This record gives sequence, structure tokens and C-alpha cells, in this order.
Amino acid sequence: MSEKEPLLKVVDLHKAFGKNEVLKGISFEMNKGDTKVIIGPSGTGKSTLIACINHLVAPDRGEIWLEGENTVTAKNINRIRQKIGFVFQDFGLFNHLTALKNVMIGLVKVKKMPKDKARKRAMEELDRVGLSDQAKSYPAQLSGGQKQRVGIARALAMDPKIILFDEPTSALDPELIGEVLHVMQDLAQSGMTMLVVTHEMGFARTVSNEIIFMENGVIVEQGTPEKLFKNPENKRTKEFLFKLEDLYGEGE
Amino acid sequence: MGLGLILALPLSFAQNYGPKPVKIIVSAYEKIFRSIPELVILFLVFYGLPRIGFRIPAFTAFVLGFGLRSAAYQSQIFRGAIQSVSSSQMRAARSMGMSNLQGFVHVILPQASRIALPPWTNEFTIVLKDSSLAYAIGVTEMLRQGSYIIATHYEPMLIYLTVAGIYLGVTLTANKTLGYLEKKLALPGFEMREPIR
Repeated sequence: MSEKEPLLKVVDLHKAFGKNEVLKGISFEMNKGDTKVIIGPSGTGKSTLIACINHLVAPDRGEIWLEGENTVTAKNINRIRQKIGFVFQDFGLFNHLTALKNVMIGLVKVKKMPKDKARKRAMEELDRVGLSDQAKSYPAQLSGGQKQRVGIARALAMDPKIILFDEPTSALDPELIGEVLHVMQDLAQSGMTMLVVTHEMGFARTVSNEIIFMENGVIVEQGTPEKLFKNPENKRTKEFLFKLEDLYGEGE
Repeated sequence: MGLGLILALPLSFAQNYGPKPVKIIVSAYEKIFRSIPELVILFLVFYGLPRIGFRIPAFTAFVLGFGLRSAAYQSQIFRGAIQSVSSSQMRAARSMGMSNLQGFVHVILPQASRIALPPWTNEFTIVLKDSSLAYAIGVTEMLRQGSYIIATHYEPMLIYLTVAGIYLGVTLTANKTLGYLEKKLALPGFEMREPIR
């Protein structure tokens, strides 16, 4: 893989559910260390797009290149998924396992790491999200924000090349959003490649290096946060951002 | 019961995650065995198999007939339990690179079996008591043993009551044990909810 080659390249991605065309040709690239935020109204295919990237949803047409390998035609999809972390809106923690075991299970069962080594690694990741004291708690005993931080630790433990976030804070109440965003901000600063679907404009503005505005299955506009917030080219982008700012404040 | 359990788990996996033809076959199997009375299955296995060239002792016929029938019921218990585990659990398992089977074994099953335990206990006691049906194909189970004693001692009521008592004792013990197991396996998030006033 050459230095110039992007880490992730999505080319002309299409997906329809029945007659409902959700993605109508999405193309974009991500370099190592990028943090990109996808915004847009509900039902425009944002979540479908990132679910397609790790093939939880199979795309109909198009290419997804990860580290120079076309994952759409790749045979062993489970091997590719190990390189892509995924953080769910509803956390997706395994309810029968403690926080520590949630982080460990992928290391032990998928990566076949010895248990003591996996435990050590899992503790490090829990520590990174500030939850080493909750290692023995079950998901039902954690707050929403804590659950999502465990979810992030679980994704991190697998040493992914990129982490996809599907509205990670949408199921949280306002007081808990901050702790999750803080962890994500630290991650971005540590050089992790992140693709985030979110409505958190403050995060989009301060942390991301590019914002992708999607509507009706196409990318309407993409650019740096400064450009999109201060000087959007597209009328729809302007309207959408204006509405969000109206709702959530300036985010500053 | 053991045979039933061993058969039921792959069946319920197949019925939930298998390819379509497998689903159809499993569902047909389950429908057939749940629709035929126990005793008829026993006769079919015991008298039918020798006709197509398999001579089997009565006890084997009994285990086979009961196992196949109970597997059908148990696969339904597990199917229901598996479906009540949120689909996001499997999504999460797959997202970290687990195969369908790994996700089933390490994530879905530990949760589903906790949900399945009460109805499974129910099925267990049914099979336990239905074992008296083996009488009909000549297996020396408890009831037949009782009849032998009746033939020599002529105390039918006493013997039948004793048989009933033994069944009661065994069933209660089994229920108690499984109930204990239920408590032992209980986890935060899977416990009985507090009653709503």
C-alpha cells in the first residue's frame, strides 16, 4: 500500500430496500487519522451507509476499499470486520457479560488471544475510557453513557483501522452525552480514524476535519467545518445547519 | 431428554439462522413430531423400524421416539428464547468479526438459555412423566415394575400410589434443582422484575 492511498475509499455505493432506494451512489475517501462526520436529516441513508462499510448491510452496487482491498468482493468478511470497529446507537453490549468480559470476548474468541493477555488489554481499554472501576458491572448496572464508553472500549480493543460510530449519543440524555463525546475527542486526537454519524454539531465543528452532508441518498456537500458552517455552497446545507443551530445552539 | 436437548439446539440454530431449505425441513420435522401423539410415535418407531430392516430393542425405541419428539418441542422453546434476545446482540457480535455460529454460541445462547430455562423445566417434567408410556411397548419402566409387584402381592392401590409418589418425588426434586439453577444463573438485567403495583 502506497503512502498516498486512502485508508478507506467508497466508490459509487448503491443500496435499495425493496423499491426504496436508500443510497444512490455515494463516493468518498478517508485517510489515516481523519475524523469525518456525516450529518443529514433522518432517513437519508446515513446509518445504512456505515452499516454497508462493515457489511452488516450488503450493498447492491459499488466498491468499498479498505487498505487497498475491495471488501465487497472479499471472501472472508469476518476477517475484514475485525479491522473495522463499530459503535452502535443502542450500545450493543452483550447483556450476559460484565463490562470487562464484553471487551475481552472479541480478543479471546475472534483474535484467539490468551485469556490473561486479553484481560490485561481489556483493562487498559476500560481505563482509557475511564471505566476501570466498573469492570465487574453488568450492562444493566451501567448508565447509558457508561455503556457507550464500554462499547467504544470494546471496539478499540480489537485494534481497528477505523471506527464507525452510528449516532453514538442519540440514545443518551444531555448530561451523559458529554462524557461520550469527550472520549471520542480524545480518540480523534490520538490519531484514530473515525467516521461518525451524529447530530452533535459541537463535536462536528470542533473535532472533525470534514463534514459530509447527506440527503436522500446522495452527498449534497462536503467540506471542512469552517466552510460548511460559515459558507455553505448548497441551499439545503444552509437550511439544515440553520435548523440544527436553532435547535442545539451555536455549539461553542 | 438428553437426546432431545442435543438435537434441539442445532435445530433451533438452523431454524433461526439457517438457509431457507434447512428452515423448511426443520419446520416440517418440528410440525410432524409435535402433531403426532407420543404413543403413536412410540409404536411407529418400535414396530415400524423393524419393517424397514432396523431391529432395535424396546428401550432404544423408547429413547429414540421420546428424543425425537422432545427435540421438536425443545427446539420451539429455544426458538422462542432466541428470538426474544434482541437482534442487536447478533449485529454487535458480527460487527467484531464473529461468524454466525460464534455469535450464536458465545452471545445468543448464554442469554437465550436463561430465558428458556423455565419452559424447559416444564418440558422436562412432561417427558419425565410421559416415560410411563414406554409401558406400552414393553420397556420395564416404573409402572411395569409396579404391575409385576401387583401380580405377586395383589395390592394394586398401594402400588399405584407408591408409583405416583415416586413420580411426584422425582418431579419435585427435578423442578427444585432446575429452579435453583435458574437462580444461580440469574444476572443483573435477566432477573424477575419487581411487581408493578
